[in-house]
Amino acid sequence: MSLIDCRDLVKTYRLGEMEVHALRGVSLKIDGGEFVAVMGASGSGKSTLMNVFGCLDVPTSGSYLLEGLDVSTLGENRLAEIRNSKIGFVFQNFNLIPRTTALENVQLPLFYRGIPAHEQKALALGALERVGLADRQRHHPAQLSGGQQQRVAIARALVTNPSIILADEPTGNLDSQASREIMDTLTHLNREGITIILVTHEADIAGYARRAIMMKDGVILSDRDAGGVGVAGVVPQEARA
Amino acid sequence: MSFLLMTVWVAFRVLSRNRMRSALTMLGIIIGVGAVIAMVSIGEGAKAAVQAQIASFGTNVIIILPGTTTVSGVRSGHGGAVTLTVADIEELRKIPAVTEVGWARRDTMQVVHENKNWFTTINGVSPGYLIIRNWSTASGDFFTQTEMDAAAKVALLGNTIIKNLFDPGEDPVGASIRIKNMPFRVVGALEAKGYDTRGTDQDDAVFIPFTTAERKVMGTKFQGSIGAGFLSVESPEQMPQVVEEIKRVLRQRHKLRPTQDDDFTVRNQVDIAKVQEGTSESMTLMLLAVASISLLVGGIGIMNILLVSVTERTREIGIRMAVGAKRRHILLQFLVEAVVLSAMGGLIGVGLGVAGAKAASNVAGWPTIISGDVLVIAFGFSALVGVFFGLYPANKASRLNPIEALRYE
Repeated sequence: MSLIDCRDLVKTYRLGEMEVHALRGVSLKIDGGEFVAVMGASGSGKSTLMNVFGCLDVPTSGSYLLEGLDVSTLGENRLAEIRNSKIGFVFQNFNLIPRTTALENVQLPLFYRGIPAHEQKALALGALERVGLADRQRHHPAQLSGGQQQRVAIARALVTNPSIILADEPTGNLDSQASREIMDTLTHLNREGITIILVTHEADIAGYARRAIMMKDGVILSDRDAGGVGVAGVVPQEARA
Repeated sequence: MSFLLMTVWVAFRVLSRNRMRSALTMLGIIIGVGAVIAMVSIGEGAKAAVQAQIASFGTNVIIILPGTTTVSGVRSGHGGAVTLTVADIEELRKIPAVTEVGWARRDTMQVVHENKNWFTTINGVSPGYLIIRNWSTASGDFFTQTEMDAAAKVALLGNTIIKNLFDPGEDPVGASIRIKNMPFRVVGALEAKGYDTRGTDQDDAVFIPFTTAERKVMGTKFQGSIGAGFLSVESPEQMPQVVEEIKRVLRQRHKLRPTQDDDFTVRNQVDIAKVQEGTSESMTLMLLAVASISLLVGGIGIMNILLVSVTERTREIGIRMAVGAKRRHILLQFLVEAVVLSAMGGLIGVGLGVAGAKAASNVAGWPTIISGDVLVIAFGFSALVGVFFGLYPANKASRLNPIEALRYE
């Protein structure tokens, strides 16, 4: 059973009089442990696909099985539960809650899971340790660098022990040094067995992935082996060269 | 539920980040609740004071005053005529609901004890009078029937008289005082009663037997004529019916034709109490209106700030939804913020209201009653205002589309 198995995904938005066909029939299978880059120009439908994968959006038609569960038929509350337990988001603009400590930001998904506060703290601290920011737990986002903020966001995505991490342009707001750190972190997590789906329009970032999917105008243009460093043992910089 | 507790904690943190804004938002509720509690406490205090005054006159009492005479167009005022007599009042004793009757006439005269004197009201009263007035002696006793019949020169003194004619600690009972140069033996000292509803000191009075007053002190134009008659009735409900009966009996005894006006006036404590109750009732209604308006305004303030907050925190709401918050979690979060604002405002308002009431009684000397019920109700209402006015912004927040919320700049 594939982790993600979607068939003929169609998503049509209505913008006033105009119909926007964001997805025009996407069929895709992604197995557990993969490191996939979804590429494409803006408007290619890659963000919509991520929103559907992340259960933030439901397709207009087509089926989406997440771990064998048909997600397209579920109600809002069940979708929220799936987002909470199976999916971790990493956004381009970090999306941390301002004026709230790193630890509390990481705790947030656990808060909605309703587990006791001391367990939340322990798990969140563990996640911060995994991204190397345990010593910054009391810092607010504004007191952290961009790269550090994004690592806090990754810790937040990790803390629930999800099946997939969906990273939408995770390095889009970062300089090259920080980008490298983030990609190293994601690569490392992938080696630990976490499935990572990465949306990017930068080829060198996509180069970290083992599989690259090109999208254009709401359909998949190509789906090939990227030969990225998700494969253990290869140093990222060399792989891209 | 631990989730709710954590939500409350988060709400406190969010609100403490915008201290000034939170304080100003609460101000409406604070002022509303504070003002209502202060006013209700003062109002209740005043009401209780009035009721105590009414009760001090004796409950369920009917007063009958003689009518006026008109001589050459000059009307003499109540009591000017000698239209009411002891026999009239004795006749009224036959009305079934009447439990006691009494009568009195009064005059202002000088009272002397040793080298002190005092100008006061001398009341010639029947034994029933003091019973109806629900008045007891602090020391000594009332007149005996023998003393009444014999028109004995005995007196009962009000508390103010004792203070003015006797040294502190001196026992007036058994002492001799002089009225119109006649020696009177003090047989009793009356309990202090305080001021009546019209502000007259009820204790500034000397009581002597009616017969003594009539025959030896005041004289009379007409044997048995009285200044006022008093009746007590079993219960307030019987008052109107008894009043009608009194009018019928007296008109008949005074041989009044149907076209003639009453030559007497009947008053009762219930009427006075009703006027007072009416005042306090409209006062209560007014307070209620003020309270509702200020809570309404305060509530709208909370709603306004919450709507601003929802807009400001659109992205945060999107983040929360992305990590698994359900719509009801978001709804609850903003609702709790509204309730925390309004309830805290209510709490501070209660505190200020109580302080204001205490200040009113300490500084201005107004009687105040702070009732726990009012505090609880006022606080409860302020919390309810939070729920009511928080619902719309909270619902708005919970209805946001997570994708759009995440993109919000």
